[in-house]
Amino acid sequence: MTLPDPGTWGPILAILGMALATYLCRIAGVVMMSFIPLTPHVRRGLAALPGSIIAATVLPLIERLGLAAAIALLAAIGSMVLRRSELLALVVGMSVIAGLRALGF
Amino acid sequence: MDKPSSPVTGAGFWLGMRKVSVLIPGVVVFAVAFGAAASAKGLSLFEALLMSALVYGGISQLVAMELWRPEWSWGAIVGLAVVTATVNSRMILQGASLQPWFAPYSKRLNAWHLFFFTDANWVIGTRYHGEGGRDLGVLVGAGLLLWIVWILFTGLGHLLGALVSDPRAYGIDLVMPIFFAAMIVPLWRGRRAAVPWVVAGIVALVTAKLIDGYAFIIVGSLSGALVGAFADDAA
Repeated sequence: MTLPDPGTWGPILAILGMALATYLCRIAGVVMMSFIPLTPHVRRGLAALPGSIIAATVLPLIERLGLAAAIALLAAIGSMVLRRSELLALVVGMSVIAGLRALGF
Repeated sequence: MDKPSSPVTGAGFWLGMRKVSVLIPGVVVFAVAFGAAASAKGLSLFEALLMSALVYGGISQLVAMELWRPEWSWGAIVGLAVVTATVNSRMILQGASLQPWFAPYSKRLNAWHLFFFTDANWVIGTRYHGEGGRDLGVLVGAGLLLWIVWILFTGLGHLLGALVSDPRAYGIDLVMPIFFAAMIVPLWRGRRAAVPWVVAGIVALVTAKLIDGYAFIIVGSLSGALVGAFADDAA
């Protein structure tokens, strides 16, 4: 048997497919962990996970975006060390990257 | 009152909204950029709004605009769903990392609030939970507010179209990376605890060089978690 051609419903079906895929990603980790007992190993692995996700997301991005992005991120981290404010860190980081890009970096 | 370990309060809801408000300018520009890209690719206003409302994942939606086409076969639809899943696979790990917080709540509530789970409220939730907070309202408030902003400004971007030329010039592409990187500071628990992060970063760098796409996030993060799980055994 063959499915009827998506036709004019194509875009809507494509969006629904994306929505389903994304929602499954949102719940999959939570569902999975509800079946895995929290042994000390699993607990330590989970504790290391947030920082690992951040490092694994940000480092390759910096590598792609270049030196100006690296400087902006370091400035934001520095601001966060001095003042624990996400807003200030964001303002500092954005100002640095906008400034560096305006200068042609 | 019955279950003091698993509250969802209005106060938490507002706290979450306040915490996420610093990100609104960045999300506004990102949403406008997506709306404009969608209009340029021939999506109707309804389709653009529907995608923002149901998918609610900025990077995956921009990637979808690269792959968008005028005619759709079933194969292309499935292909786009698979690409979307790989771009958003980081959510699997983000959800796993917060599961101990979600566990006391009902399945129905978790199934509902996870629809609004995204990078921004993961970062906010992780910090809040790490500081001892347990009110799920914080996560829901943050996710819901950004969801509404995301939809509204997708629409505006679609209507404005080509007015937004280059969001990169304002550093908008760095909003999330900066927010992520700043998170390292409150997460810091000394050098020993940072060893898995270094491993995650290096593995992700190498993976990004070897494999196209977004697999590097999940491969790197899992390597870090594995090192974290077993590092102390050797000592």
